[in-house]
Amino acid sequence: MSSLTPRDLRPGPTTLRVHRGALASIHDHARRGFPHEVVGILAGKRAGLEVSLAHALENERAGEDATRRFKVDALTVLKAEMALAAKGLEVVGYYHSHPDHPANYSDTDLAMALPDTSYVITAVHGHEDTGPTIVDTRSWRLAEDRAHMQHEPIELTTP
Amino acid sequence: MAVEITIPTALRAYTDKQAVVSVEAGTVDEALQALTTTHPGLAKHLRDSSGKLRSFVNVYLGDEDIRFLPEKANTALSGSESLIIVPSIAGGTR
Repeated sequence: MSSLTPRDLRPGPTTLRVHRGALASIHDHARRGFPHEVVGILAGKRAGLEVSLAHALENERAGEDATRRFKVDALTVLKAEMALAAKGLEVVGYYHSHPDHPANYSDTDLAMALPDTSYVITAVHGHEDTGPTIVDTRSWRLAEDRAHMQHEPIELTTP
Repeated sequence: MAVEITIPTALRAYTDKQAVVSVEAGTVDEALQALTTTHPGLAKHLRDSSGKLRSFVNVYLGDEDIRFLPEKANTALSGSESLIIVPSIAGGTR
């Protein structure tokens, strides 16, 4: 099944508030990791959906597979989340990159999504002159029926 | 036996905000069934349409993933153990 089907971009009921520095970290990570997918945790405050820190994780997929998929072991994620909790940071969601693909969620992203969680996807495209370039970043949130994800507008904030 | 199950943050909206849910069960599978009977909103996120645990749902008995226990979800519980549900993070463009 194609993962490139157009997605409904009408905004859902929530807005994700992302500190500029956190978004810059996500973009840096996506460019550095190109052509592989990168992944990390969106940390901050769940109340108000505020992301103050992007915590990079290691994509455990390797080689060609890592250009199209990512996976992080559950206990690795749990340990990272406990370390963030010790700093007073909650998990608001997760981010990952789509190298040479749009910032739309894929069928795999939908199947693997948790409710009540923001999923930021950043599209990073290879470019002959400028190198890996961020072309789009969108946030998505699982609908209650698990049938689709809703587009969640991103509001940039300055802490 | 009373078994305590730790619920990941993202799923606590379905357990009245409780981080730990106590259920009566003799096996891991019974504990998970009791959990979704008490909190039915959890079922569709934990299991697929055929009733199997979703691939991103990991259940640990102590520090052991139940998929790697000899009896898997049929592992007996004596009542002093606790279960923890840990989602793994996965996805991608295909």
